[in-house]
Amino acid sequence: MNQPISYWQTFSIVLKRDLQVAVRNKGDVFNPLIFFVIVITLFPLGIGSDSAILSRIAPGVIWVAALLSALLSLERLFKNDYNDGSLEQMLLSPQPLFIMVFAKVLAHWLLTGVPIILVAPLLALLLHMEEAAYGARIITLLLGTPVLSLIGAIGVALTVGIKKGGVLLSLLILPLYIPVLIFSTGAIEAAALNMPYTGHLAIIAALLMGA
Amino acid sequence: MLYWRSNQLQSCIKGIQYPMSSSLLSANKLTCIREERILFDELSFDINPGDLIQIEGPNGAGKTSLLRILAGLSRPYDGHVEFNGDCITRCREEFYEHLMFIGHLAGVKGELTAQENLDFNLQMHGDNCDDIDGALASVNLTGFEDALASHLSAGQNRRIALARLWRSHAKIWILDEPYTAIDKAGIVELEKLFINHIDNGGAVILTSHQDITIGADRLKRITLDYNFY
Amino acid sequence: MWKWLHPYAQPERTYQLATKLLPWFAVSSFITLVIGFVWGLAFAPVDYQQGQSYRIIFIHVPTASLSMTIYMAMATASLIGMVWQLKLSDAAAAAMAPIGAVITVIALFTGSFWGKPMWGTWWIWDARLTSELILLFLYLGVIALHSSFEDKVLAGRAAGILTLVGVINIPIIKYSVEWWNTLHQGATISKLEKPSMDTEMLIPLLINILGFALLIAALTIVRFRNEVIARNTMRPWVKELVAKEAQ
Repeated sequence: MNQPISYWQTFSIVLKRDLQVAVRNKGDVFNPLIFFVIVITLFPLGIGSDSAILSRIAPGVIWVAALLSALLSLERLFKNDYNDGSLEQMLLSPQPLFIMVFAKVLAHWLLTGVPIILVAPLLALLLHMEEAAYGARIITLLLGTPVLSLIGAIGVALTVGIKKGGVLLSLLILPLYIPVLIFSTGAIEAAALNMPYTGHLAIIAALLMGA
Repeated sequence: MLYWRSNQLQSCIKGIQYPMSSSLLSANKLTCIREERILFDELSFDINPGDLIQIEGPNGAGKTSLLRILAGLSRPYDGHVEFNGDCITRCREEFYEHLMFIGHLAGVKGELTAQENLDFNLQMHGDNCDDIDGALASVNLTGFEDALASHLSAGQNRRIALARLWRSHAKIWILDEPYTAIDKAGIVELEKLFINHIDNGGAVILTSHQDITIGADRLKRITLDYNFY
Repeated sequence: MWKWLHPYAQPERTYQLATKLLPWFAVSSFITLVIGFVWGLAFAPVDYQQGQSYRIIFIHVPTASLSMTIYMAMATASLIGMVWQLKLSDAAAAAMAPIGAVITVIALFTGSFWGKPMWGTWWIWDARLTSELILLFLYLGVIALHSSFEDKVLAGRAAGILTLVGVINIPIIKYSVEWWNTLHQGATISKLEKPSMDTEMLIPLLINILGFALLIAALTIVRFRNEVIARNTMRPWVKELVAKEAQ
């Protein structure tokens, strides 16, 4: 018989399904991550291996690369489901929309944000980042990448019906990402100079709540 | 019973409640415009328990558009759809507990198995899925339960989607071309199911380019013309 | 309020109203701009610090201040369109987006030309300039959304959501850049200190702001009429209108 299911059940059903789909489609998970790593290795090659310069630009580079790789994977959030009609079926289920969207966004973050956070320490070594900034970098990524997924969800929702929405998506989303970028790199730099950066973190956390 | 209502000015924006009626779903002065062409203008009708309604018309006449508007998937240019006397945009979750919509796209994920697909869809509708294999058996998919949907044929994918009808407790079924890619035996099964559904107080609205063999006494038709303007 | 507005929810009536209003706005903006420019460029005194080059202010300040105003107007129109499902409101928002984008471009360029002699650089990354640039990106995003949907109603809704998200975003960006600049020590170039302005300069400036506002209103009306026509091509009154024009 049909029984009303709780919000939590809806959430976990959608989350489980999205993770299941992604696990069977491994390229979708690994390609943005590989892209992230390659973009970061391009900088030392393009700028030169002077460790002073590299450690100066490291926070910005890591964050710009994270933004771009998030952008690359964002379309997957709704696009595949839209194309095969399963998004339509989810919209037609008697469950609250925001729960479903939130579950999908969380799945997206687990599959793109978390891997980036995991490989970031390795890349920080490549860029000779200040050791004092390590903690700040992890925390900003931890707080910032969910914001990328959430804001991105708005952009994908707007462009999902358009056949060639990819480029348009970046045009819409990147300006909205700017505050996250500014505060995250600001926090990492402040940490590198041994200055307090809790203010920055508070604002990123506020952005996360607001988004 | 199908009739045209033209003089009643109702607006769901202003929140005027429509008196409770026996109809399940009523279309109220729906207007749909696509690509600067009026597909239908001020279309009103009621869908009552026991109705089996076929939407007819040539390609591009707006059949799919009408079905999507009825299901709340797209918004009409003007007018609104009422469920239980309430505009469907305001009682979304309640309405969707009573609606089963299967569109052009099967809504089946290629990365999941037949069983997982059906399981997910049923769970989202609050069905505790005790007999998934039985539902798959009724659409002739026994033995394919654990096959990835992407390895199955188009017809089999359609069947995964249609399997939900056998488990559905929804009163209103909106089906866009349900017979596509389904073989003759399957169509006979489906039509039996439709008759059973309307006999139990449900309603079916569908489009089809294939002939429907259900008797004319049971079948009602709404015809959409292709308007150049 | 709703009753008073309701007749204008009909495209035909609104179109006629717009047609009636257009000459008034066009003529008055022309007159004000001529007065403002002649006064500002020929009669206002020369600035003792900046010489003649300050006169770009008569374009820069009106466009810069109005670029944000147009965005707010567009956001208001989108909000009304979304809340009351008023399709004409979406048409108005669609009409404003390209005008806003052009005005923002003018403000950015004139600012740049002014900045070169004054600050010695074409561009600095300060809060105002950066948020103006982001404003331009938002306008471009809205225009791109409008043009990529076949269905105008859907396009209006999508662009409306983006516009409203942008409204929240612009102040955040502005403050974040302000803060960012205090962190990057040394990068700040002292902003133009606002000298108390001579009334002889202020009056033509205000006249020009009014003139630009009227000009933008007139342009918006022209574009709005086009949008209304484009969204109602299959309606009989548009066909009558076309037949009349053809004669």
